Amino acid sequence: MTAQTPFRKPVTVNPLKLSQPLGAALAFLGVAGAVPVFHGAKGCASFALVNLVKHFRESIPFQSTALDEIATIMGGGEMVERAALNVRERTGASLVGICTTGLTEVRGEDVAGDLRLAMARRPEMAGFPVVLVSTPDYEGGLQDGWAKAVAAMIEALVPAGGAAIDRQVNVLAGSHLTPGDVEAVRDMVEAFGLLPVILPDLAGSLDGHLPDVFEPVSLGGTDLESLCRMGRSTITLALGEHMLGAARTLQARCGVPYLIFDRLSGLGPTDDFLLALAKLSGRPVPERYRRQRRQLQDALLDGHFYFGGARVVVAGDGDLVWSHAGWLRDMGAEVTVVAAAPSTVLGRLPQGSLRIGDMEDMARVLDDADLLLTNAHGVRAARRVGCPLFRIGYPVFDRLGPQSLVSVGYRGTRDLIFAIGNLLIEHRESAGHEGGTHDRTPTATH
Amino acid sequence: MLKMRLEQVFDEPGCAANRAKDAAARKQGCAKAPVPGAASGGCCFDGAKVTLQPIVDAAHLVHGPLGCEANSWDGRNALSSGPQLYRTSFSTDLNSLDIVHGGEKRLFQAIKAIVETHRPAAVFVYQTCVPALIGDDIEAVCRIAAEKFAIPVVPVLAPGFAGTKNLGCKLAGEALLDHVIGTREPEVRTPHDVVIIGEYNVAGEYWQIKPLLDRLGIRVLACLNGDARFAEVATAHRARAAMSVCSKAVINVARKLKERYGIPYFEGSFFGMGDTSAALRAFARLLVEGGAPDDLSARAEALIAEEETRIAVRLAPYRARLAGKRALVYTGGHKSWSMVSALTELGMEVIGTSVRKSTEGDKDRIRAILGDDAFMFEQVPAKQMMKLLRDERADIMLSGGRTQFIALKSRLPWVDINQERHHGYAGYDGMVALAREIDRALASPVWRQVRAPAPWDGKGRAP
Repeated sequence: MTAQTPFRKPVTVNPLKLSQPLGAALAFLGVAGAVPVFHGAKGCASFALVNLVKHFRESIPFQSTALDEIATIMGGGEMVERAALNVRERTGASLVGICTTGLTEVRGEDVAGDLRLAMARRPEMAGFPVVLVSTPDYEGGLQDGWAKAVAAMIEALVPAGGAAIDRQVNVLAGSHLTPGDVEAVRDMVEAFGLLPVILPDLAGSLDGHLPDVFEPVSLGGTDLESLCRMGRSTITLALGEHMLGAARTLQARCGVPYLIFDRLSGLGPTDDFLLALAKLSGRPVPERYRRQRRQLQDALLDGHFYFGGARVVVAGDGDLVWSHAGWLRDMGAEVTVVAAAPSTVLGRLPQGSLRIGDMEDMARVLDDADLLLTNAHGVRAARRVGCPLFRIGYPVFDRLGPQSLVSVGYRGTRDLIFAIGNLLIEHRESAGHEGGTHDRTPTATH
Repeated sequence: MLKMRLEQVFDEPGCAANRAKDAAARKQGCAKAPVPGAASGGCCFDGAKVTLQPIVDAAHLVHGPLGCEANSWDGRNALSSGPQLYRTSFSTDLNSLDIVHGGEKRLFQAIKAIVETHRPAAVFVYQTCVPALIGDDIEAVCRIAAEKFAIPVVPVLAPGFAGTKNLGCKLAGEALLDHVIGTREPEVRTPHDVVIIGEYNVAGEYWQIKPLLDRLGIRVLACLNGDARFAEVATAHRARAAMSVCSKAVINVARKLKERYGIPYFEGSFFGMGDTSAALRAFARLLVEGGAPDDLSARAEALIAEEETRIAVRLAPYRARLAGKRALVYTGGHKSWSMVSALTELGMEVIGTSVRKSTEGDKDRIRAILGDDAFMFEQVPAKQMMKLLRDERADIMLSGGRTQFIALKSRLPWVDINQERHHGYAGYDGMVALAREIDRALASPVWRQVRAPAPWDGKGRAP
């Protein structure tokens, strides 16, 4: 077991994480017709909105209860009610997701109680889904907020009972999966003749596509009807350890069993996933994926020369860094992981390879690194030591198409091996020699 | 404390709209109350940080839970010619225990750690909602820290819930006036010393302007706060003339510098040739009135003539291609009129501009350029804006990053003129840069392709 409790620094420098409410908002954006609302001062929503707009290069529906000084003292219950009403009226949303912030949590308001009373008072809101989730920003980060929002949606919207629907499977997609990943997962599940209900489905809303009509709500994603039917699936596939809570809720309330896949990057994890799908469906693994498996194995051979002994630093949220550390170690790389918070899955890393901290802490382990995997904020630290940066996670605001990066499955893993392997090759070339690995002293160029 | 400060800020003789209000109305402040569920724009903390962070050799410490900083740090393209410390994010990162016990001790330790590691020229400490709510006394901690570590520690009392982003800019200005400006004397003083207020060197725009002033021997004692050094900002009170660039946000600073130190100021901009020339003339006039040798005016005119001729030649090919193109401008502050003026100079037709963040003075200027029936609008929801672009047959939209999708999803060319922009458009050369970007946007082959329906949809190819 890796010791994970860090010494707490007096000041956090260059944060490694994004806030909990932003993670929750992102999860809501994976539901069709949804609008996330922050319960707090205007700034919380504004900052999160701009962050996501720059990452996805998309218009992002987002609102706020816009608490001012008076509402903060007097209590924001009325503001939540008005926000839900206004959003529904002005945008035609199908679902409103309300995320609390540090301000409203510290106030100690009973937002859930206020909301219940408010909705009961309004017949026009009967049956309209308003999902509340508690996401103070003084704890946790994006992954935690995402997990809470998914669990909250299930609690609020999935009833017990109902006949099982043949071949329907739930897929709980973790925050570490890009819209590209989600699309790849859907393809794998459907290839076995299974009917996936994916929650949240960012591939529908934030894959980056030019719509014919503009609506100020989430442009795609899990449709509400399917969401409400999740209790009737034959099984839940939880992708990412942080989806465990939501999976357990579905099991406790609706009796749907679950399987957990803590990562889908790499040969072994993909084998496990496809095997499970084959067993569930009773169908053989399609030829397409058998071929891709052989392609991946070929890539392992081609790539291992460059990855063996390479020192890689991976920094970000728990399940994201676990996924990448996994396939990199499968290639023979020496991986150091930096995360903003400990987790069960990170506890399985080899002794000494995990740091808990911020990007200043990440910079400290970068001196000998051949490669850094983290979000776009890592570019300054990477440049300072002359190490290449491969962008993963959130936010990636300085390159195109982060939403399309696929890291799951045989094909995704193979493409990563090529893209990242090529970075390692370039890095070696610019260091002035071929063949060696860690020596940074420039040799005479020829 | 905050209440008193807000009352002071809301009483602003430098603002025409403010003068027209009675005392009760003045106390309400400028902004309309935000509508829950239909609000947009940043908070007070956002405005304060965005105003002060370009002071590049200071450490900027956010006091509060991590959310505010984590989602927003290093987001602005304000450039530095030297120190990069301003881009480092420092936060006290309060957790639930800190909130129970109070965050003052942690704040003090954070300041200590920053001072010991970085030896900054100063530390700015930003109050946010949670510590404001639990009653952390930022001012006291800053005072003690400043004494203990013998370095300026400036409290910025602008928690998010106090109001709009614009209010945050004003409160940041107040913090400078109370704690920074006037605390140091410049080593050298000349009759050509000026201060520029509200220029943040976004995309290097201050560097496009400074050479013009250098050529006239006009010495910028302090630029608030573009590429600024703390020690320079501290000497701003010794300027002989001031320019207020973004009046809606910082007019309080200009007006108070006049009241307290007798520095005359004018409101102006460096967007567009006309405005750039007017600004140089205004500086010359004020400096000469203040005792500078009067050859300055003649030298300014010579420079203006030379530059305007030079730029007219470079702009000619662009003017030919941009003539009559219809543009919609959706931005805030002084850019709402200065951009209109710049585009009109290029021969483009401005079909409308947003004035949701403009002063009455800004609106008057727009009317002066576009005529009395100039189409000015406040906040417009996206769908309506798209309809507007269609109905008015816009060729291009110029706005900030948040609203770019309104144009792009309408399959319409768009140019970024806001704080995340990557090109500088200030001064004479900036006009050429703007013209070039607009021309490039309009000429791109992608518009034809994104407007083309799929051939199998039975509608054929769009002409």
